Amino acid sequence: METPLAQRRQKTGLISKRKKRAHQEAIWAYLFIAPTVIGLCIFYMFPAVASFALSFTKWNGISAAEYIGLGNIIALIQDSSFIRSIVNTTVFTIVSVPLSVIIAMCISLMLNQRIKGMVVYRTLYFLPVVTMPVAVGMVWKWLYNTEYGLVNYVLGLFGLPQPSWLFNPNIALLSVILVYVWMTVGNNVILLLAGLQGISKTYYEAAQIDGATKVNQFFHITLPLITPTLFFVFITGMISSLQVFDLIFIMIGDSNVLLEPLRTIVYGVYESGFKYSQMGIASAQAFLLFLTILFVTIIQFAFQKKWVHYDG
Amino acid sequence: MKIKVNNHILLIFGAFIMIIPFLWMVSTSLKSYGEAMQVPPTILPQEWKMSNYSSVFESVNFLKYYLNTIIVTLSRTLAQLFLCSLAAFAFARLRFPGKNIIFIAILSVLMVPPQVILIPNYAILTQLGWIDTFYALIVPGMFSAFGVFLLRQFFMGIPKELDEAATMDGCSLFGIYWKIILPNSTPALMALGIFTILASWNDFLWPLVMTNSADMRVLSVGIAAFQGQYATDYPLLMAGAVMSTIPMLIMFIFLQKHLITGIALQGVRR
Repeated sequence: METPLAQRRQKTGLISKRKKRAHQEAIWAYLFIAPTVIGLCIFYMFPAVASFALSFTKWNGISAAEYIGLGNIIALIQDSSFIRSIVNTTVFTIVSVPLSVIIAMCISLMLNQRIKGMVVYRTLYFLPVVTMPVAVGMVWKWLYNTEYGLVNYVLGLFGLPQPSWLFNPNIALLSVILVYVWMTVGNNVILLLAGLQGISKTYYEAAQIDGATKVNQFFHITLPLITPTLFFVFITGMISSLQVFDLIFIMIGDSNVLLEPLRTIVYGVYESGFKYSQMGIASAQAFLLFLTILFVTIIQFAFQKKWVHYDG
Repeated sequence: MKIKVNNHILLIFGAFIMIIPFLWMVSTSLKSYGEAMQVPPTILPQEWKMSNYSSVFESVNFLKYYLNTIIVTLSRTLAQLFLCSLAAFAFARLRFPGKNIIFIAILSVLMVPPQVILIPNYAILTQLGWIDTFYALIVPGMFSAFGVFLLRQFFMGIPKELDEAATMDGCSLFGIYWKIILPNSTPALMALGIFTILASWNDFLWPLVMTNSADMRVLSVGIAAFQGQYATDYPLLMAGAVMSTIPMLIMFIFLQKHLITGIALQGVRR
């Protein structure tokens, strides 16, 4: 029979054993997260903060950075190329994202009707998403070629006008937007299709009993219930289109004609930082891009209550 | 019935627009320079000029670009899968002080666009002497906040009873991670693996900035430079484009189920 003292001893022994185990668990946990946490700190968190600090300096990347306060911001506001990059990026985003989402919505609605060959269609629509953007840019530059390009040849067959897509400054940006839509539609189709397939069939059955038309069903069931996915597609789509670079870089090539009509904010970051070694002003542009993305995201979240339904 | 037929017509028309640039890329890559510049264009090459492909290898060090891309992609992917899953396991299963704060800090990294960290990273890699080396292309790409988040969410869904049973049998913490968590997470690991392979194979701005010698070029930078050199030799350019994109297209066709589940998961989860 155990004495109370022995019992107590055993109990404290248990507690310290449990403590020891918790202690060990914590040590293991820190070991497991250490590589990732250290890596993210060095290559992501610290650079993000440093980018903010560098925005207020004049720095060529080699000698010591010199603090110039708001000098970079003032210089940028007075720089017509920078203003042009803001306008281009805004137009690019405002046109390409809704266009891509609307087309993707139509395609996924058609694919959602238990249509034959759904997997084949889905595969074909998705191919551009996995293709290297640099290669996409090269192929479309060739397709858009004014004299030898396939696009103008086909337009010619139908007696339609044959614009010089990329070399007409008025439509060059639109030409790249069309390529971007072509590239991104498949991704949106996959997301929207998953959203559509998540809508319970009982809603439609009930609506049919009430005698609702297909159009009514779309506006009163499908559209409200797909809004969470639409919201996600819009936010992620806008974030990535604000960052467009690869396509633009390839489309501009060595051409001076295309530089101004096509330059985007990220192109400006690249140009200032790595062509002219003006790291301070490049950081300022990058940081303004970050603020823009943050602002757009916050606005979208603020307005989501007005149109996104989370009760599905 | 009528509606269904119309849908097919629209979908086929759309699919044509999606696929034609690829077919045109392949067709042009097999034409002679003269034939590519013909008006009206020939749909299929009159003489199949396979030699365009070998010409690409002769005019630039294409084999080296290929090798570099494979080395970078494989190392980044394997490292990310291991490091992210290890961290995700700790966040999903283990108790330790500061867990929530550290996790939120990691999530905050998701908001920072890659271009913002480009310039400070250029300075850091210069300091380390890593510019124009494999270290610059691989090491920063081994860490991923997105990967930790994706895997942690998946690990949370694995029943805890499995761990407890293993602990009873005297399994260590690393043993639980290795023998219980990883084998039960194939879909999430596959999705992250494919995302990383695609991102790293197709990446352009980072390798463009972080390397400068021809020997260190990856495919994306290589074919961009190639375009600069052979601006209008479209058959050669298209041959290069075909060869740079084919591995990803093949991977997608075989693994599309995993990729699509992964993408769909992200949208539904939020």
